[in-house]
This record gives sequence, C-alpha cells and structure tokens, in this order.
Amino acid sequence: MAELNTGDGGGKKGSKKVRSKKLNSKVDLTAMVDLAFLLITFFMLTTSLSKPQSMDLSLPDKDEDPTKNKDVKVDENRTMTLLLGDNNQLKMYMGMLNNPLVAPKDIAYGKAGLRAEILKRKKTVQEYTGDAKKGLIVIIKPSKKSNYKNLVDVLDEMAIDDVGTYAITDILPEEVKLLEGAAPATPQ
Amino acid sequence: MAKVKMAKKATSIDMTAMCDVAFLLLTFFILTATAKQPEPLPVDTPNSTNQTKLPDSDLATITIGQKGKVFFGVTGRDLRMSTLEMMAQKYNVTFSQEDKEKFALIENFGVPIENLKQIIDMKAADRNKENVQPGIPKDSLNNQLADWVQYSRRAAIDNHNVELTIAIKGDAKEEYPEIKKVMDILQNQKVNSFNLVTGLRGEDF
Repeated sequence: MAELNTGDGGGKKGSKKVRSKKLNSKVDLTAMVDLAFLLITFFMLTTSLSKPQSMDLSLPDKDEDPTKNKDVKVDENRTMTLLLGDNNQLKMYMGMLNNPLVAPKDIAYGKAGLRAEILKRKKTVQEYTGDAKKGLIVIIKPSKKSNYKNLVDVLDEMAIDDVGTYAITDILPEEVKLLEGAAPATPQ
Repeated sequence: MAKVKMAKKATSIDMTAMCDVAFLLLTFFILTATAKQPEPLPVDTPNSTNQTKLPDSDLATITIGQKGKVFFGVTGRDLRMSTLEMMAQKYNVTFSQEDKEKFALIENFGVPIENLKQIIDMKAADRNKENVQPGIPKDSLNNQLADWVQYSRRAAIDNHNVELTIAIKGDAKEEYPEIKKVMDILQNQKVNSFNLVTGLRGEDF
C-alpha cells in the first residue's frame, strides 16, 4: 500500500538524462484515520453514557404541625399494599389489613411476580371503579430491614406498569409482625 | 476496431482531509469529555429502567453508603464557595481564602465541619482513601447535613437564581432507615421532590 514508488512511472522511455529519484511525498493515512475514528467513537459513547440516570420521586408534603396532618382516606377496594421485608421478601395484600380483600401473600420481584400481580390488580380495580381516572393505588411500606435496592425496584415497577398513584409510608407494627411471622415459612 | 484504453485510476485516495476531520472531532470529544473524578465513597447504585439523566449544573448529590455514611457534594465552584462561607459563619469555623479555593475543587466530602480543614489540606489521593472521611453528622443533635443542604440551596438561589436539584445516590445494599433519615431531612426543608440516582438496567427485568 505504501506509495514509496519512485516518480518515474510516467517518464519518457529512453531519456538518458540522469535524474535524482523523486520520492513520493504521500504517506498512507488509512491506518491513522482508522485509529482516529476508533477513538472518536470511544469518546462519543463514553461521554453520553457515563451520565448517571435518575428517577424522580415526589413525596407528599409533610407538615410539622400534627393537628394539620390529616390522613388521606382512600377507597379500600382500590388499595394494594406492598410490604418490603429483609432478604428481598415482598408481601402484598389488597384492602385493609384487618379485613383484606385479598389475604397477604408472598410474591417475588420482577416480571413473573410483582408485575403480573400489579397488572392483574390494575385490571380488576379498573372494572370495579369503571372510571379511567380512578385506578389502582399502591402503598409501599418498606420495613426497617429492607434495603434501598428493593425500594428502587418497586418504584421502577410503578413506572413500568404506569401506576399513577403510589405512596411510600411507614410500616405499621402489625405489618412488621406479619412479615416476621411468615419469614420462616418461606425459604429464600 | 480501435482498442479503447481504459484510463488507469489510482486505487489510493487522498486521506489527508479525512484525517484532519477525524482528529478535529477527536480533539473536540476529548476536551468536552469530563474526566471521572475518583469518589471518596464508592457506591453501587441500584438499577432502574428510567432513562432520565441528571442535570449538569445546580445539582447537590447526597451519597449514602457503607452503613449510613453520608457524603455531600454540590456542582459549581461558586456554589461550593458560598455554601462554605455560610457554613463557616454558622459553625464559627474560619477558613482562609486559599482554603476556600481548595474546597471549591473538592467534588464530594464527608466530614464534620470541624474537621473539614484537615481534609482540605490533604492531597486528593489521600482524601479519597477509605475510612479517611467518616461521613457528615446527620442526627438530631448535630444535623450538619441539613445545614449543608439548606445553605447550598440558598447559594443556588443567590448565585444563579434557581432552585437546587437534589439527588440521592444510595448504595443498593443500604438499609431503608438510612435512606429514610435523609429523605426526612429533605422533607423537613420542604424539599418534597428529588432524584434517586440509578444505573441502567441491562438485563430483561
């Protein structure tokens, strides 16, 4: 490839004049261009991909004055409560804890467990209310032992399944008991 | 019939211009790329499918990792300097102009303000070693984190006239109560909307 052939290719034959050999000044730049483009690609991709992603989280206003703190009443038929325990344990129930519409049960994170459950509940709630604006309400209750990953996973699931209304609230003592009581029965 | 002689064309193309362009672009990308700073508190963020990116400026990051250690960082040198000035005034700690300028270059730190001077005097390599920085106090008796957040927000309003975006960068293994404490600190200041820093979920979730 390298064009270092001397410049007498087109010279007249038979010319007896002794010429100093002209060296071709062209250098093959192909390899250099290859390298440059490789580096460009690398820098282009790393600059845009290294930026961390973020998830927006809006929490309800917290009032310092306890008298003003009104508990929001929601329809028990529309609420689904998720209890986050340790070792990636996850429990759900519908309605109120004392009188649940669907008794508390263990579900798994991910596609087969949580997502299927949410989509199923979403459908039934939609049929119950008959109003597109009144969908499923998910209440997320992380226990003291749950980790941050579990919370982000559940929040992400809310975004994937397009659950419009969800809240993170403190776990109740009865619910902690429920999580702990069932823990030995479910091998992880 | 006369033979038509095909003109022999050179197979090599002049690459000079292409090379020039390639290197110009390369230089541009190298210069605009922000070098990744070593972090004093490395955390492994949980993944999500969310694609929203964090803003580049007017951002405060609260890093939580290693059993509740909290680190704080603000983008922008001017914001860092004015935040430090306000903090110094509140806690009666004096910093020289040189200290302030050095502090403006520190991206992320996690020490009580009383020990901040020592960290400023350290070399960057020593500063980022493990267990050098114990985290910012955030309990109810000595809630310096709340003050850092508050003053940085004020600095953002004073300097740039915008509300500071606050991001929480938590380790995936961190227990929820530690995250809750930080969220409570933010909520006490009526910051009800913030960002959770996550990585990109690669696998099929």
